[in-house]
Amino acid sequence: MEFQINKKAKNLIYGLIGSGLLLSIIGVITGMGDAHFKTRLMTNGLINGFFFFALGLGALFFLALAYATETGWYASVKRVIEAVAGFIPTGIAIFAFVLLVITFMDGAHIYLWMDPETVANDEIIQGKAVYLNKPFFWFRTLVYFAVYIIFLNGFKKRSLEEDRIGGTELHFKNYKKGATFLVFFAVFSSTSSWDWLMSIDVHWFSTLFGWYTFAGMWCSTMVILVMTTLYLKKQGYLEKVNDSHIHDLGKWTFATSFLWSYLWFSQFMLIWYANIGEEVTYYVMRIENFKFLYFAMFIINFAFPMLILMSRDAKRNAGILTFVGLIILSGHWLDVYIMVSAGSLGANAKIGALEVGMAMIAAGIFIAVILKNLTKAPLTPVNHPFLDESIHHEI
Amino acid sequence: MTDKVIYVMYDDDQVLKDGAMKLVSKGIKISEVFSPFAIHGIDPIIGIKNTRLGIMAFLYGLTGLTLATVGMRFFMVTDWPINVGGKPNFTYLQNILAFIPVTFEFTVLCAAHGMAITYLLRNKTLPGMPAQNPDPRTTDDKFVIEIRLSENSMKEADLDLLLNETGYIELDKKNID
Repeated sequence: MEFQINKKAKNLIYGLIGSGLLLSIIGVITGMGDAHFKTRLMTNGLINGFFFFALGLGALFFLALAYATETGWYASVKRVIEAVAGFIPTGIAIFAFVLLVITFMDGAHIYLWMDPETVANDEIIQGKAVYLNKPFFWFRTLVYFAVYIIFLNGFKKRSLEEDRIGGTELHFKNYKKGATFLVFFAVFSSTSSWDWLMSIDVHWFSTLFGWYTFAGMWCSTMVILVMTTLYLKKQGYLEKVNDSHIHDLGKWTFATSFLWSYLWFSQFMLIWYANIGEEVTYYVMRIENFKFLYFAMFIINFAFPMLILMSRDAKRNAGILTFVGLIILSGHWLDVYIMVSAGSLGANAKIGALEVGMAMIAAGIFIAVILKNLTKAPLTPVNHPFLDESIHHEI
Repeated sequence: MTDKVIYVMYDDDQVLKDGAMKLVSKGIKISEVFSPFAIHGIDPIIGIKNTRLGIMAFLYGLTGLTLATVGMRFFMVTDWPINVGGKPNFTYLQNILAFIPVTFEFTVLCAAHGMAITYLLRNKTLPGMPAQNPDPRTTDDKFVIEIRLSENSMKEADLDLLLNETGYIELDKKNID
């Protein structure tokens, strides 16, 4: 059965984008006089540009992981993963536009290393100039984007081809390409998070940062996958998906929440224990300006999924999964919000109409693109070699 | 009280599953199934309740968490305070971060060992215990269904007829006292 966007979903999308626009305009009017307004605007662009692009990227990673490990159970939800990964081109367009504007604004007080005046007076940044400079930054960014899009298009093309032709030849090709993507992604997930997020706090560095960002991204993606699957199921689609698939997706949400918490804590504890001035500034800034949000975010993203999603029944209950999912998703958005704003705005950061509005616009676009992608292909792949296994999936 | 046990052997788990489904639909109670590996989906067919091992794991985990917290507070704060690079500075709460890795490890240790020991005890398969399975081949590549006549109202002859339809490879009957 082909998926069709119903009226309710359209209303939700228009509602999100419309009220988002309204809130943003209110935010722009009330905040315009502020000295930090430009930085605040670009900070929001960067937060939402990165966060929603990363949701798509997480799905692409998950798809490649499933191919490389020859996973069987996921075959009946594969089209959902592909649809979420299909947000990448749109996500890249928005994110690249934001990065371009920031570059032309000489960093807009977000990327201090882009501002020639700051660099001239800062020895530490000068030392990093070989890596952190505009041309090389854009070279890397474009390479990341190009690789992601090439692999995404390949996976999508072969997935539809498999529906027509069948056989195992395409499967083994996907297997190789999936493994190749993971090799690229292993490097890019770290370096791209350094480039886009860690370089905001330009004096500071952490080798764990890439994994920490990646784990947050993966967890948010799993939430999106669970919620999209549940939504489609509720609308009467995906009749091949049973409780066990939902349970498995729920387990992924639970497990990646732990992965994220583990990495967050590892980074925090090591820096807290060593207590070296250059390193602790990162946390001092966050605790001074975002004390409540920072620790509330950690509790939301760690204790919440741990306590609620621990039991088997909870992971099979659509209501609980959606409720926890929405809260974790906002928790991870907050995580990205603090990652970016603590370095760019610091004490001047606040969550007002502009922040909420811009996030709502981005979420509206994200939902619209995903639902559009879902209409483009049959919701259950026809000739996937593991489809039979997936239909009989039972845990 | 004497009882008669029937062991029905299969050489494929899927055949066993189909056979078990057929038997249960005729109202026969299967008391046990022996298999070299877990057969997915057999539990609801033969009426085994969901395992409670998960609940025990949680309780063992809580025990580990408590023991680690109480222990470290006593060792590191009350009994012999040690100052390592300014931490811990004689209060547990302020330095809770330093204690979390150990707490975590001890929680996992207690949960894992508790679960393993409970599992072995419950199945009576602790090292050195006599084997419970009726035929050593069920640890290799054969699958056995155990039916007790005392638990079924059906006559033995009728039962044999039913079993013939399930495609077993061997049938063994044993009288026990």
